[in-house]
Amino acid sequence: MSSTVSVVRLDDYRQVAPRGAVDLLLRLGERLHGRSLVNISGSRYSGLTNEVLNRLVPILNDLGIDTSWDVTIGTGDFEAVTRTVARALAGTEQVVTDAMLARLREVCAENAQRLRLDADLVVVHDAAPLLVVESRTGSGRWLWGSYQDLSSPQPQLWNMLRPVAQRYDAVVFLDARFAAPLSVPRFVINPSIDPLSERNRDMGRNEQATHLDRLRVPRDKPFLLQIGPFDRSHDPLGVINAYRLVKKHYDVRLVLAGPAPGSGGDVLAEVEEAASQDPDMCVILLPPDPQTELNALERAATIVIYKPLSTGFGINVATAMWKGKPVVGSLAGGILNQILSGVTGYTVETVEGAAFRIRHLLGNPELIGRMGAAGREHIRRNFLITRHLGDYLALLAMLTK
Amino acid sequence: MSGEPFVFHGCVDLKELLPFEAHDVRELLDHVGRVPAESLFCHTAAALLHRSAQPTGYPNDFAHWTGHEIRDQRLAERLAAIDPFESGSLEHMRGELAATLSDHLQHFPPAATGPRVEPFRFFQAHLVPVPTGHRARTLREFRDALAEADVSAVFYHLIEARYRLGRGRGDFAEWVAATLELPQVAERLGSIVPYGGSLERIRDRHLTVLTAAVDEQGR
Repeated sequence: MSSTVSVVRLDDYRQVAPRGAVDLLLRLGERLHGRSLVNISGSRYSGLTNEVLNRLVPILNDLGIDTSWDVTIGTGDFEAVTRTVARALAGTEQVVTDAMLARLREVCAENAQRLRLDADLVVVHDAAPLLVVESRTGSGRWLWGSYQDLSSPQPQLWNMLRPVAQRYDAVVFLDARFAAPLSVPRFVINPSIDPLSERNRDMGRNEQATHLDRLRVPRDKPFLLQIGPFDRSHDPLGVINAYRLVKKHYDVRLVLAGPAPGSGGDVLAEVEEAASQDPDMCVILLPPDPQTELNALERAATIVIYKPLSTGFGINVATAMWKGKPVVGSLAGGILNQILSGVTGYTVETVEGAAFRIRHLLGNPELIGRMGAAGREHIRRNFLITRHLGDYLALLAMLTK
Repeated sequence: MSGEPFVFHGCVDLKELLPFEAHDVRELLDHVGRVPAESLFCHTAAALLHRSAQPTGYPNDFAHWTGHEIRDQRLAERLAAIDPFESGSLEHMRGELAATLSDHLQHFPPAATGPRVEPFRFFQAHLVPVPTGHRARTLREFRDALAEADVSAVFYHLIEARYRLGRGRGDFAEWVAATLELPQVAERLGSIVPYGGSLERIRDRHLTVLTAAVDEQGR
């Protein structure tokens, strides 16, 4: 994503944000002029937060808020520890030893010596740099952004990390369902999408066609699309079964697009086997940084499916809705927050439910347009990066009064 | 018209998750009795700030939850009928909510809820008021500014001002009456009921009244 980020000004969002929203943000920025904000994350190159920070840091500086973004630096073993800890916090049983925790503590303390921590507000993003707060000094306020599901963390680990989390002045969760009990204020701030990013920018039909041709997606029939890894948790085989039920009644294609699988846990071979027997199924292994390709696929699709068995917030739903597509999604993670079932798409629990809803949409094409338009408006009001900027500014205003 | 100009304010809100969760109607009743009044405001009148077009159109979060998660349409309908804009005070509304839930429990003891019921999570909204940059000295300027300002200005001047801060009929009607000395227009603005609508719809209704009044002035 970082390679496609260009310099964007807050004014550029007037064309896409709700009426009056940019003016409100400019005024709020004026009020906070001169305050300082430091962001600390574990990486600069991956994750939704980083996409948001890539955009927001320059905009906040434009508004006169002295904003920086630093990353913690650690060796390979530190990164392995942070990955294990992140999985354990998400509830997947892991072996987390005292030595691993000591390493986490040691690296965070080393980083704290180097990082600028004297801002009015220090925002620590995600689990890797969580323990930097142990080096907290000065009068600034500290905020932890917890971006994974902390509703059922591995108990022993959480017993050790919860007192650390409570050294922050407040904690932000992406969704109320992901929140852990804490003695400090807990805010809920949903993720957002950037409508001016390469993934979401406007794209004409000719350009879409060029990308579809390159991806070898024929343009002769409507197609259903699921974007997601080829692993069981994203249930591509369930999506294929739903498509087969639909296919009995409607001449459509199914496009499954995802990154090339890593080691283990994937079902790509089974998906490819199914596709080899059906010329109307396309399986696409996406190139690195496939933002343009994803944009073209989502814009050209008739209906987007997002049917993981479990997920985080699942912001892919919002990117499809922003392009005016009805989304048929599962009841997992933050999908419920994005799809207004019956208004912008449908939430479903089963393969049969997905097939039924897709058939209903294909049988009522006017509904596809109506739900797509409602979805785009829902995203405009609730899931654009301008709303996220307002949340940041409100946090700064509230916590640093 | 030498009075003070109307300065439009919008607001940004942050939602704080409170340590109260209800898994059934009985727990909902317990928590309604103990959460801060601000939380009740958040789940009723302030729900307007984030409301999109909902398929059922329940006007508050309590009705929405009982209708969709508990699947008790009777209770959802009764809770939907509680109008935060008519209750007079948040404490009075707390009483109405509690009485409705209590009465329902007496007649319809709760059945066991299904395993997938999402609990009702109580929030509290923190509002940060912000000037939108719009100001008006005349009715026409007022109409034009209202049309252009962020829609949260409708919430701030109408809902927040009238129902939480106790500023009469809301800032719009009060300014039109006091500064522009147009009591009939103020009366019409003050009679617009926000219950069950969206902020955009409430704004449209204000613009309709204001446009008619501007046209009348031009004749």
